Amino acid sequence: MGGYGFYVWGSYGVTLVLLGGEVLMLLKRRRAVARIAPEPKLENRNAKFEAAMVSDKL
Amino acid sequence: MSTRRINWYKYAAPANFYPLAGKMIPFFTVVTVLLFIIGLYVGFFVAPTDFQQGESYRIIFIHVPAAWMGMFLYVLMAVYAGLGWAFNARLGSMMATAISTTGAIFTFISLVTGSLWGRPAWGVYWVWDARMTSTLILMFLYIGFISLQASIDDSRRADRAGAVLALVGLINVPIIYFSVQWWNTLHQGATFTARSFKMAPSMLSAMLILMAACWMYSIAVVLVRVRCIIREREREAPWLAEAVA
Repeated sequence: MGGYGFYVWGSYGVTLVLLGGEVLMLLKRRRAVARIAPEPKLENRNAKFEAAMVSDKL
Repeated sequence: MSTRRINWYKYAAPANFYPLAGKMIPFFTVVTVLLFIIGLYVGFFVAPTDFQQGESYRIIFIHVPAAWMGMFLYVLMAVYAGLGWAFNARLGSMMATAISTTGAIFTFISLVTGSLWGRPAWGVYWVWDARMTSTLILMFLYIGFISLQASIDDSRRADRAGAVLALVGLINVPIIYFSVQWWNTLHQGATFTARSFKMAPSMLSAMLILMAACWMYSIAVVLVRVRCIIREREREAPWLAEAVA
């Protein structure tokens, strides 16, 4: 890197750590959410709620 | 000509948006990975060494997209927060909350990569220049938004308080953008405008591809996060409680 290795790799390293860290934290959060509210099986929705959902106002 | 219309209001309901977001995530994830691979390849192996700055200029391939994302995401966050507040649309507020973390991260990346570029180019890591100071204020606005929302237990009240802060802070975005014109800054002017590209085509391509990669990344992580928020906040709501049972 022509003597600029610290600056160039430092920049890309920080970016990798932060974006990678964000993804890891997000996956951890998704697992935590799954414990309190399991993944909904939306195809099993009751017709009554389907109707309520469509009329859901802004 | 087809007259079929998409009912956008339908997707303002978390119950309808949740499955739609779930379907979109794999697409944006794959595109993100591909664009990062192509962008980094062009940036490191195709783009030539700069005749003035040497190899250090390669930092701008990530610095410029990160700085743009910090600003774009702030505007998007404020718009969603404003919609959530004005129309009492809870999905809008949830989107604003989901965007804030990613926006803060990109703003932080732009500050760090900017100072790592500044050291070899200007001889200093940091100066209290208008562009850099206003970007630091953007970072504080994101932190303020996140902290304010975290400090209020009632989520709808937290949404409203956050919306006020986000909308007031919006004034900072044009200040960042025009700071290099309004004040005599150390930070250089726009690298490219609608009229001119002051870069070699391969350098410009690397930057634009990485810009697109950052957009796709942001969409993917925001969708994953907003789905988490929907499940956290709406777990008592009939549509979700019923679907889980």
